[in-house]
Amino acid sequence: MYNYPDSSGHFGQFGGIYMAETLIPAVEELRVQYLRYQNDPEFKAEFAYELKHYVGRPSPIYHAKNWSDRLGGAQIYLKREDLNHTGAHKINNAIGQALLAKRMGKKRVIAETGAGMHGVATATVAARYGMECVVYMGAEDIQRQSPNVYRMKLLGATVVPVTSGSQTLKDACNEAIRDWVTNVESTFYIFGTAAGPHPYPMMVRDFQCVIGNEARVQMPEMIGRQPDAVIACVGGGSNAIGLFHPYIEDTSVQIIGVEAGGHGIASGQHAAPLTSNSPVGVLHGNKVYLIQDENGQIIETHSISAGLDYPGVGPEHCLLRDIGRAQYVAINDDEALAAFHDLCRFEGIIPALESSHALAHAAKIAPGMSRDKVLLVNLSGRGDKDINTVARLSGIAL
Amino acid sequence: MSRIQTVFDKLKQQQRRALIPFFTAGDPSLELTVPLMHAMAAAGADVIELGVPFSDPMADGPTIQRASERALKLGMSLRGVLAMVAEFRRQDNATPVVLMGYGNPIEAMGWGVFAERCAAVGVDGVLTVDFPPEESSEAFEHLQRHGIDPIFLLAPTTEDARIEQVSRLARGYVYYVSLKGVTGAGNLDLSAIEHKIPQLQKHIKLPIGVGFGIRDAATAQAVAKLCDGVVVGSRIVQEIENSTAKNVIANVGALIKELRLAIDQA
Repeated sequence: MYNYPDSSGHFGQFGGIYMAETLIPAVEELRVQYLRYQNDPEFKAEFAYELKHYVGRPSPIYHAKNWSDRLGGAQIYLKREDLNHTGAHKINNAIGQALLAKRMGKKRVIAETGAGMHGVATATVAARYGMECVVYMGAEDIQRQSPNVYRMKLLGATVVPVTSGSQTLKDACNEAIRDWVTNVESTFYIFGTAAGPHPYPMMVRDFQCVIGNEARVQMPEMIGRQPDAVIACVGGGSNAIGLFHPYIEDTSVQIIGVEAGGHGIASGQHAAPLTSNSPVGVLHGNKVYLIQDENGQIIETHSISAGLDYPGVGPEHCLLRDIGRAQYVAINDDEALAAFHDLCRFEGIIPALESSHALAHAAKIAPGMSRDKVLLVNLSGRGDKDINTVARLSGIAL
Repeated sequence: MSRIQTVFDKLKQQQRRALIPFFTAGDPSLELTVPLMHAMAAAGADVIELGVPFSDPMADGPTIQRASERALKLGMSLRGVLAMVAEFRRQDNATPVVLMGYGNPIEAMGWGVFAERCAAVGVDGVLTVDFPPEESSEAFEHLQRHGIDPIFLLAPTTEDARIEQVSRLARGYVYYVSLKGVTGAGNLDLSAIEHKIPQLQKHIKLPIGVGFGIRDAATAQAVAKLCDGVVVGSRIVQEIENSTAKNVIANVGALIKELRLAIDQA
């Protein structure tokens, strides 16, 4: 039976608690509190209530029939996380962690954000539960995701630009960790993806599993069976693990994670540690496959999508690849952009550039499959935040 | 007997405290690292903590972050740091050298190879900021086999059970992080240190060094009264940053002398 992580927070050789001593008691406290509340009926009821009435769950599954017909092969179904309040799957996890923070008596929450969706989700729950909120965001990401920056400010959060390193998601993580170590007693770090020190990879996965759990009920209602494959984009990999995890023991369903291939794996400018066969390393509290040079320095990554522009990947994805249960592929910037435009034009849905990577892979494999096959793609977020990026790439000034 | 133990034993006999300067290898230049180490030893440093630069120094404040970035830009690497220690040892076989940094460059080299090279070039201790005892069993095994002291951190948030756990693994000395924050932070609280050190000493029989946030001779002196050694990092790195290639050796030497004097008067 698949049962990870182990009690010390490891997924095989991956995961762990690689943190400076000052924060070890904080992650230990978090682990204890999470174990205490995860099966607490009152906590579960409040989480379920919030997901239903505040987020608008369950998110529907939609048959992208026009696009499937054009592709001429497998049928593509979309799990519509883009329809959640705040426009992405990130809110599922942000609510779960905020409810935990509330029970732990923390009045201040911090977060890192790449595309800004996790930052917006955290700012949203902070407003909802009356907490102070500080979001760290790379200066480059602030440029390319400016609408989300203003959304966070409207919601009452302080957005701190991070100008160190590559000025993207990994540097925002570094800065959030520095804040946490300084304010460890007052502050709850709402980590945005299924990575970081234990218990985050497990806890974030558990909160995001609502995606896959709903899909397992919805697909038989729609088509009388489970899909042939589930597909999701993988940066840190929280939307993916949320969809994948409930399918792990159902081996009739293929699991495909789609990394950001950037300008192509061969170019070296990508954010695809699994597909590029990067070595194992330690960053941000966990041991994972990590894009690095031969001296163990982290290399700057590239992706058109800020949310996937990260050198590591969650530890459970590392394990799922090693045991052969999931397959990981890369989609480059151009392919993702083409899928973005296709979904806009043929289905009337503007997808996030992150999710467009998963869509692009579905579009790549669907034509080679028969029409009775079904691909379930996690449409993890909506693309309103990306219109400036897409316009700029098309040579249009907004 | 190890160099670290020899130094602390001697200091104890003399009823003095250790001065432990930190700076980042390769900053301000690859050529100046070994001369800076010699200058520090000559000016009264007892142990030298040599920072191994890392691209993502999560526990460091802006000063040491910038030093890491400068060093990496010049091509500094873990291999290069080990070569520098070998060069230092040609003239100085007494001053203990502790490598301080993050785990990933060592993971990339492999702990077995790393520990062997440390022993070969004359490294005495290794402090890996993001490897707590829970994740250090492989590192510990290799370091022990080659006679390298694993140096562990303790923090204001560390409670008795963990202090006890660290006491069983630690060798050389223990590094107490004096404040909740990053290196070079400005919120040093002397009364909190005074309160915490006896709690540590209940479990820790090794010398206790205190670092983070010690910014001048006065704070070094105040901290020295409470422990066995004072680690000064960001202040030295700042001095390096504000100096030129011509005067950096003299400036850092003068700063070490000033700190030495203050600590010896504690």
